[in-house]
Amino acid sequence: MIYLDNAATSQKKPQAVYDAVLYAMGHMGNAGRATHAASHGSSKTVFDTRALLTKFFHGDKISNCIFTKNSTESLNIAIQGSLKAGDHVITTVMEHNSVLRPLYAMEKRGVELSFLQYTEEKGLDYDSLDSLLQKNTKAIVCTHASNLTGDMVDLERMGEFAKKHGLLFIVDASQTAGVYAIDCTKWGISILCFTGHKSLLGPQGTGGMIIAPGVEIAPLSFGGTGVETYNPEMPLENPNHLEAGTLNGHGIAGLHAGVEYILETGIDKIRSIELELMERMYTGIVHLPGIRIYGNFKTGKRCPILNLNLYDYDSAVVSDELFTRFSIATRSGGHCAPLMHEALKNVNQGSVRFSFSHFNTKEEVDQTIEALRILSEEG
Amino acid sequence: MREKKLQFILSFKNTVDALEMEQIGQKRNLPGRLIPLPSVISAGCGLAWTTEPENRELTLSVIKEEGLEPASMHEIVF
Repeated sequence: MIYLDNAATSQKKPQAVYDAVLYAMGHMGNAGRATHAASHGSSKTVFDTRALLTKFFHGDKISNCIFTKNSTESLNIAIQGSLKAGDHVITTVMEHNSVLRPLYAMEKRGVELSFLQYTEEKGLDYDSLDSLLQKNTKAIVCTHASNLTGDMVDLERMGEFAKKHGLLFIVDASQTAGVYAIDCTKWGISILCFTGHKSLLGPQGTGGMIIAPGVEIAPLSFGGTGVETYNPEMPLENPNHLEAGTLNGHGIAGLHAGVEYILETGIDKIRSIELELMERMYTGIVHLPGIRIYGNFKTGKRCPILNLNLYDYDSAVVSDELFTRFSIATRSGGHCAPLMHEALKNVNQGSVRFSFSHFNTKEEVDQTIEALRILSEEG
Repeated sequence: MREKKLQFILSFKNTVDALEMEQIGQKRNLPGRLIPLPSVISAGCGLAWTTEPENRELTLSVIKEEGLEPASMHEIVF
């Protein structure tokens, strides 16, 4: 199988990730619950991973790195825990449902929403930011890159706007963590939400948040933390404030190995391989009859995603044929990004997404180009 | 693209039901397979079950026996 669904999850991980998870499963106790060797070893792994991620994302304090099960949980904690009725939020049509649905839920609780619009030609309409600002605007919530097209959002620009107007700046880095260097401090990110299983190359069930100093978030879950047993409420200090119950220590051990691999290999090197594969495919198919590619490929700064449709075929038909006939794994349909599909005017067709890992090869890309050439020729 | 044929396609409320359909199909030897949910049915994420139209009654009677309820049924070209 040629696996080109890495934007959903990276299938192939570094060997060190497999080894770390297996070792953790055989040796770890429950982190933060005791001082015996098994528990302490687990505590140390969790601490080391917090420290590594805080440094990786240029966070401030190790204790403000929170572990969750994925970006969606992080975004739910960030959005539900920092907004209240009467607040206004600026977001974008590029968002995944992991941002949209928590925001819609908050809308029902009295939060107002405004959306920055997107076009393929111009990208996100940053110029309308000023006009969307209201007296009660509390936050900007946006993705770093569209999971549909790979087009990026200018976080520095959004961060500057948020800083200028004293807004919380909540970022969904699902598609970019591990692809681009992210500087929470420099870009003024209040809450960075990331997942571990995509480009950070960790196991599924891992994710987290990097919280800026002074940002207060109400917990979404309540329960045991290993500290302040007789306090009926969640401890006020992070990370315990936002982490109820046993952490996914086994997964976090794998996440640590994934991030270390990225640091050793070089994030720029990994990204350049992935973008080269994407470019190779783009160049190989852009001229084919019936191919309609979505997104902005004029800029080199994008995520390694190539999203397309073939003639007017349902994207599910194309994706199914790519797999059943050519063993090429892609994603079809709505990609959980409803407003982006509306912006691209392909709601009824969906689209086929090819997303690349640096573990993919040029040969795999060439086979995919050939498959699309055949499908295009067959009409 | 290969020639597309009229298919009897079932959608499901969730992935659990879709995978249960696959399990029932294997257990009861039902012809058919899981496919990505055609966008014409819904633009959402998901899986669907496809089979030849002549298997419609057999499929429906078996899943009724098994207590599985599809979200919707379609005859569409896939």
